[in-house]
Amino acid sequence: MIARAARLLFLAFLAAFLAAPLVIVTGVSFNHEARMNFPPVHPSVLWYGTFFADSGWRSAFGRSLTIAALASFVSVSIAFPIAYATWAHGSRVARWLESVARLAFLLPLIVLAIIYLVFWSWLGHVGRIENTILSHAVVFVSLPLTTIALGFRSVDPALIEAARTMGARDDDVLRRVLNPMLLPYVVAGMIFVFILSLNEYIIAYMVAGFEVETLPIKVFNSLRMGFQPSMCVGAVLFMAVGILCFSLVAAIGDLPKLLGGSTR
Amino acid sequence: MLARLRAAVLLAWPSLALVGLVAIPFLLLVRISLAPPDPNGLWSAGISLAAYRGLMDRSFAAALLYSLGLAILVAAVGVCVGFPLTFFITRMRRGWQVLWLVFLLATLTLSDVLIAFSWQVMLSKRIGFANLLVTLGLMEQAASLTPSFGAVLGNLIYLVLPFTVLTLYPTLSQLAPELLEAAKTLGASPLVAFRTVIVPLTKRAAAVSFLISAVLTLGAYVAPVVLGRPRNWTMAVLIGNAALAGHNVPRASAMSVCLLIAALLLTGGTSWLARRRGSR
Amino acid sequence: MVVDHVSLTVPLGQFVCLLGPSGCGKTTLLRMIAGLDSPTTGRILMSGRDMTRTPAHERNFAMVFQALALFPFLNVEENIAFSLRLKGIGWRERRKRAHELLELIKLPDIGSRKIEQLSGGQRQRVAIARALAQEPALFLLDEPLSALDAQLREHMQIELRQLQQKLGITTVLVTHDQREAMTLADSVVVIAQGSVQQIGSPTEIYRRPSNRFVAGFIGRNNLLEVEVLDRRHVRLGSVVLAVAPIPAGVVSGEVVTLAIRPEELRVLPQGSQGGGTLPGHVSFVREIGERVELRIDCQGRELVGSVSPSDGAVACTGPVSVQFMPGAGTILTC
Repeated sequence: MIARAARLLFLAFLAAFLAAPLVIVTGVSFNHEARMNFPPVHPSVLWYGTFFADSGWRSAFGRSLTIAALASFVSVSIAFPIAYATWAHGSRVARWLESVARLAFLLPLIVLAIIYLVFWSWLGHVGRIENTILSHAVVFVSLPLTTIALGFRSVDPALIEAARTMGARDDDVLRRVLNPMLLPYVVAGMIFVFILSLNEYIIAYMVAGFEVETLPIKVFNSLRMGFQPSMCVGAVLFMAVGILCFSLVAAIGDLPKLLGGSTR
Repeated sequence: MLARLRAAVLLAWPSLALVGLVAIPFLLLVRISLAPPDPNGLWSAGISLAAYRGLMDRSFAAALLYSLGLAILVAAVGVCVGFPLTFFITRMRRGWQVLWLVFLLATLTLSDVLIAFSWQVMLSKRIGFANLLVTLGLMEQAASLTPSFGAVLGNLIYLVLPFTVLTLYPTLSQLAPELLEAAKTLGASPLVAFRTVIVPLTKRAAAVSFLISAVLTLGAYVAPVVLGRPRNWTMAVLIGNAALAGHNVPRASAMSVCLLIAALLLTGGTSWLARRRGSR
Repeated sequence: MVVDHVSLTVPLGQFVCLLGPSGCGKTTLLRMIAGLDSPTTGRILMSGRDMTRTPAHERNFAMVFQALALFPFLNVEENIAFSLRLKGIGWRERRKRAHELLELIKLPDIGSRKIEQLSGGQRQRVAIARALAQEPALFLLDEPLSALDAQLREHMQIELRQLQQKLGITTVLVTHDQREAMTLADSVVVIAQGSVQQIGSPTEIYRRPSNRFVAGFIGRNNLLEVEVLDRRHVRLGSVVLAVAPIPAGVVSGEVVTLAIRPEELRVLPQGSQGGGTLPGHVSFVREIGERVELRIDCQGRELVGSVSPSDGAVACTGPVSVQFMPGAGTILTC
């Protein structure tokens, strides 16, 4: 009895802890005046209108979405062949590439930011949007790699053998049998990269921050200049995108299984 | 033979991308840390140990130790809170599990900028939280709770918590309930069952969780900058400042290399500790 | 309701089998005895003491799980001595006990091996040894042999029974395999859909099933609808059969079930005469080694008959006669 109450209390407290900043920011964004009032005074969607009317915020948001979308495509284009080569051929090169990818993910972000600042400057290719896209794609490649590898592992080998006895060659197997089954895992990987790229600040700032202003960069710059409700609007939009995307993943796929859990 | 060729073609693009965009830049970092600074540009040609020599002072060592200590503290709290949280989540019905997972993933992916901003709003003078403490009698007068060490610590724990849950999730989810039940029938009370069955089975996952949290904290830039005073700043902030404000990229590179070595030592230390306790 | 109004008494030192098809509630019942699940109503008494509220870890009932649940991070010896370690027994004594038990399960040399290195049969025995280490008051087993192949399974059944008799330990075993129950048990509890159908010795259950379910579940049985004529006669189709005395309370003209085992039917060459004989036609012959099983169409029903392989005359498809021996079979009213 006591154990149950303690458990519920613990969960409730943590839920409140995790939700509090988000709830507060959302509340503040609905203020009528440019003041941080919570609960909001005279709730209105005034600042949402201002946000979308302001070309600076709008373009920053759009830029973030574009970079995130392209980075996720590039990331999957790198991850898929590696996962396929590991599963189909047990390739040692693929496994080595996998460790390189994991290395990139494990380095502290600030270090990666400096690495890419140095790299793109050394190439003389400064302040371009490709910098952000490619840097993000490579840093986050570990995620689609994990989800797609999980997808391959969950393929029943009996299905492949059945296809082969019916005359399928390697690329037939890939196109007709594997691709449909792997789609949810590929999409999940893309969504993970999309979200992380959308929210990433320090690398984006270091490699092209002045010319290519993403939404996090703009929010960070605005922080220095004092409070603006548009920042809250930006935060709420990002939260909404995040929740939407993961709900999508949960709906089209088996989220617990995707995260490595058992399905019972 | 044909198979080899096909494998090579298949991996051409990934190899190019990863070698070109990870391996080479990484080596470049080390190279640049050994270059002399250039006040007008980014770095000059040539080799020089000036950057490393410039780090040999007390304040840098203090900053490094502070960053390491903070990383270990945040990781420890993260795992201690995250472990029971994950355990409870894995025992929930599927619907609730998915809800919690989506919730955690949503907070996880929120930009550290936005989270720092949210915390700033939450801890400011006007918003409820400070007033809450006044009502509880823990504070005399509503005041801003930021910038402060507490704010930085709280924010970092907030950032780290979803990571600990996600890294512990696979292991705790696959923990066969029969093992716990067997322990019960053999005379183990819940607490004893935790110590004798759950801990041995989850040690590795807990160590990984700890490590990821610690490395994440080592690299955290935004939280200390937004929510902390200069004395709360971590290595990450100093590196950023060296690169951007100080225009001293070799120094920033050298500091990065030191941070990496610190991260490596942390990883080695944690693995060694986990393996040692396993031999008992 | 998974378990519905079950009342059960297990005498000390006996081997009781809970037998029933999948999903009948027998495992739930076992888990309630172990303390892993709680009954909604009712009590569990051990030698008069009420254990219903006692948590599982204080009951001293040991259990062998279907999945075995051996601890992968401990070796064989440490697994077996687990309960002793919890009691605070020193390592020397633990070692001694573990080796005694390894001798008992006839695997004296595997103490230092890892669980993953063991075969299915070896793991099974280690799980049993681990449960017995704490000298439990009650020994519970949940379908412990279901994962083993047929030959090993039979071998283990015999070993388990011998072990139980040697130690004299009160045992409750859950199984869906009725041959297993018949081999092992002093007393069989047949369960279906959460309630007890019959309790009795294996012979009783086989010879005198109390209802249609038990009659059909245990062994092969022919269940025939017959019309009651008087206390000792029923009519099957056009033939009058002499049966064992019909239970009181059954009126003549009522339709009841005659349960008759294949071996209680005499299969004779075509045209044989005699009391209780019907013509039939063998449609399928199944040679299972020591017996030959026959499917016989008789008066619109399919009967299962059993003859010895040496009965060549009738052990093939074609017309035969089927004789119901007087007094054979059981009359069931439910």
